[in-house]
Amino acid sequence: MAGAPDRIVKSILLRATRQRVWDAIADHRQFGEWFGMRFHAPFTAGATVRATIVGTTVDPATAERQRQYEGIEFDVVVERIEPQRLLSFRWHPGGIEAGVDYTREPMTLVEFTLEDAPGGILLTVTESGFDRLPPERRANAFNGNAEGWAICMTLLERYVAQSAAHAG
Amino acid sequence: MPGSSGAGVRAGVRRSAPIFAALGDETRLRIVVRLSRDGPLSIAELTADERVTRQAVTKHLQRLASAGVLRSRRFGRERRWEVEPAALDVAENHLRAISAEWDAALARLKAFVER
Repeated sequence: MAGAPDRIVKSILLRATRQRVWDAIADHRQFGEWFGMRFHAPFTAGATVRATIVGTTVDPATAERQRQYEGIEFDVVVERIEPQRLLSFRWHPGGIEAGVDYTREPMTLVEFTLEDAPGGILLTVTESGFDRLPPERRANAFNGNAEGWAICMTLLERYVAQSAAHAG
Repeated sequence: MPGSSGAGVRAGVRRSAPIFAALGDETRLRIVVRLSRDGPLSIAELTADERVTRQAVTKHLQRLASAGVLRSRRFGRERRWEVEPAALDVAENHLRAISAEWDAALARLKAFVER
């Protein structure tokens, strides 16, 4: 879709040491803890690492919501690791649905960068490459991230297409 | 993002409940489908197709507008109705939802590294 936004950029100030933040990102076990997944292998550049969704240990309410996706597996492909400064990987954004083969679809790039800031570390996460995704993935009704509107409009578009076909 | 908490779905469901309620009527659904295909149309043009009065169509249009499904614009002396374009921007909505998931994930990271 021309002109569609391509990336999400988020920054957050973390009141912790660079080492602490880096470990939370780069150590696959720690990353899994706050994110809510279990990685089957450490992050090394170029590696494809399998992950299984489990509940986060950080927030019980989120863990409860994640339960419906528990056990679903997916891969991340680690791209770059610059110790203490940058980690990036590719994955398939949006909901992961059991039994669907995503391997042929384009991935988005997720990049974490650490910068010194007053009082701690400024962490920035950038997810880019959305413009290369197929439209049905963006609007996938099974997608854990799709908003109600997307679901509504997809159903409606389908309905319109069907009634147009019947009419004409 | 993978490992979605489902919060996006939950928020989406909450937001879309009034939309489904507004669409949960055959006449209104037909109006939306007609407008998404042929819009913008005037009330007169819409009424010609429906077996209901102009007054009833007006009521339906207002209901759909208040749910954010439709909007009206003035073309010369005439008011015409069309599907709210923002509602059709599926890609942007999807991105907004992923963006919200990242907010939640980073809040968890903050709790994790600062504890």
